[in-house]
Amino acid sequence: MTTTTEPDVESVEAPARKDIQRSGRLAALLLSPTILVLALVVGYPILWGIRESLYERGQGLDEQGFVVQGDKFVGLHHYLDIFSGPNSSAFWNAFWNTTFFTVVTVSIETVLGVAMALVMHQAFRGRGLVRASILVPWAIPTAVSAILWRWIFQADGVANAVIHSQVLWTTEGFHAKLAVIIADTWKTAPFIGLLALAGLQLIPQEVYEAARVDGAGIWHTFWRITLPLIKPVLLVAVLFRMLDVLRMFDLPFVLIGAHKESVETLSMLAFDEATNLRYGSAAAFATILFFYVAIIAYAFVKLLGADILGQVREQRKPQQPRRTPKRVPVRQEATV
Amino acid sequence: MSALTARAPVRPPRRALRPRRALPYIGIAVVGIYCLAPFYWMVVSAFRRPQDQGQNSALPAPWSLQNFTAVFKPAVGFQRALLNSLVVAGTTTILVLLIGTCTAYALARLNFRGKYFVLGIILATSMCPGISVVVPLLKLFTNIGFINTYQAMILPSMSFALPLAVWNLTVFFRQLPFELEQAAMCDGCTRGAAFRKIIIPLAAPGVFTTAIITFIAAWNEFIIALSMVNKKEMQTATVSISKFTGAYGFDQPFGTQMAAGVVVTVPLVIVVLICQRRIIAGLTAGGVK
Repeated sequence: MTTTTEPDVESVEAPARKDIQRSGRLAALLLSPTILVLALVVGYPILWGIRESLYERGQGLDEQGFVVQGDKFVGLHHYLDIFSGPNSSAFWNAFWNTTFFTVVTVSIETVLGVAMALVMHQAFRGRGLVRASILVPWAIPTAVSAILWRWIFQADGVANAVIHSQVLWTTEGFHAKLAVIIADTWKTAPFIGLLALAGLQLIPQEVYEAARVDGAGIWHTFWRITLPLIKPVLLVAVLFRMLDVLRMFDLPFVLIGAHKESVETLSMLAFDEATNLRYGSAAAFATILFFYVAIIAYAFVKLLGADILGQVREQRKPQQPRRTPKRVPVRQEATV
Repeated sequence: MSALTARAPVRPPRRALRPRRALPYIGIAVVGIYCLAPFYWMVVSAFRRPQDQGQNSALPAPWSLQNFTAVFKPAVGFQRALLNSLVVAGTTTILVLLIGTCTAYALARLNFRGKYFVLGIILATSMCPGISVVVPLLKLFTNIGFINTYQAMILPSMSFALPLAVWNLTVFFRQLPFELEQAAMCDGCTRGAAFRKIIIPLAAPGVFTTAIITFIAAWNEFIIALSMVNKKEMQTATVSISKFTGAYGFDQPFGTQMAAGVVVTVPLVIVVLICQRRIIAGLTAGGVK
């Protein structure tokens, strides 16, 4: 471990009152473009989507047989359709698929990712090589990786050749789910590994030495020291991975295809409704997904205490000059 | 490699490679194979002849470029798709960096009330599912005739690219030695001049890394490009590849798709490998995809 002790520069920063006021104005100026753009491309669509989900596109005929133009207010009609009406079976299927993929892939990815991180942390030779190769799955576009896995999972493809079987992976059924899980795990477990490795490298060697002196075994050390210490990093990684899987679209869409019951996710359902010009129910699906994501994110931050702002807050705290070299190295490059 | 030489003295010298010592290397090999095997298969499949496509040998028996020539046939329109991807991802990256650099500077450097609120908002927008943005915008863009235009892809792409860039840049900027800026201001520089002459040159590597990460994210985008475009000439590369059709209706031209995948991926992989240190720093700092 090369722990870099940085000279304390933060304590120099003692801004005068006047400076803060000037900063406030400058900050408003510098922040406004971002806030404006985000309001336009995120805030407005989401609010509009909620409104849209309460309307139906005018496509019906009135009593006289005239085509009714314009949107018609239908209240919670779409939501009733989704939760208990004609759309409910498709919705609950997609909901369980999405939840299933989220729970299963993120669990597997976390275990694999931590294992990879431990391996990379142990090895001293070949670390550069493996670090480079770990970025390859991340850099491949999801759509391309989906086609790649579709090719691997062909009936006469290499996956069947390797396991000596005749599974029709990309047809309906549990194996289609499995194919999606494998493809997603391949692409993102290394990413969790990368984040977990960064967490591992922040653990000072002394802690391990102390544990060894106290007679802790490998297993004990892992559960009592390594895991709790990388928990903050891991929680954030898991949170972002979960949010990513919850909105999963391109992988099942390209790997298995649209309208496949066994892999259809909420995003795919909403997309399908939108491309069929049923914007109202599409918006309702999208809104439900949005709130689902929001609830999970909220639960993670509030209940599990995932400190998503940690990266910027960490250095905000006034650091007292300490003699111990265990302070978190500030510069990332030096540690990886 | 420099990391290796720096670390070497830490380890006690051991000559004999005992099984326990070999274990990490086996682990490393497993991780490497895990990450690279599917990618390798894509490259190998791309270099097979179309009639050998069914082979599962580890190397193409006769190497062939037929799949690549098939990708670039005029009928496929893949050049145009690459150009579209480049325009969309490039413009998104440039816009996002222009806006994001200012914001990240403010967030990293200035003290003002509500800073963490703003950061939280920016992070929260990055968690928002793409489809929630796409559905309303699809209807809006249909009404104002934006469908099949670049701006219809660029604007929604900013919804995920901007939070990503701002977050990365903020973390990078926090590591800058701002006392240099203060020194410059003491020496009579204005805040703007200090920013231009001191901070920008120092921040360049971080900005560059963020540019790569943002570009890759925008380049890999799928659902927006799929929704906002229904004309073949405006498709981006990722959508185009997924829609390749074979000569005979239903058979999927995997060879051509693999070749196209190689064309789309290999430049990214090369850039990523060249800048791997910085990118890893960026990714671990970002925490966002």
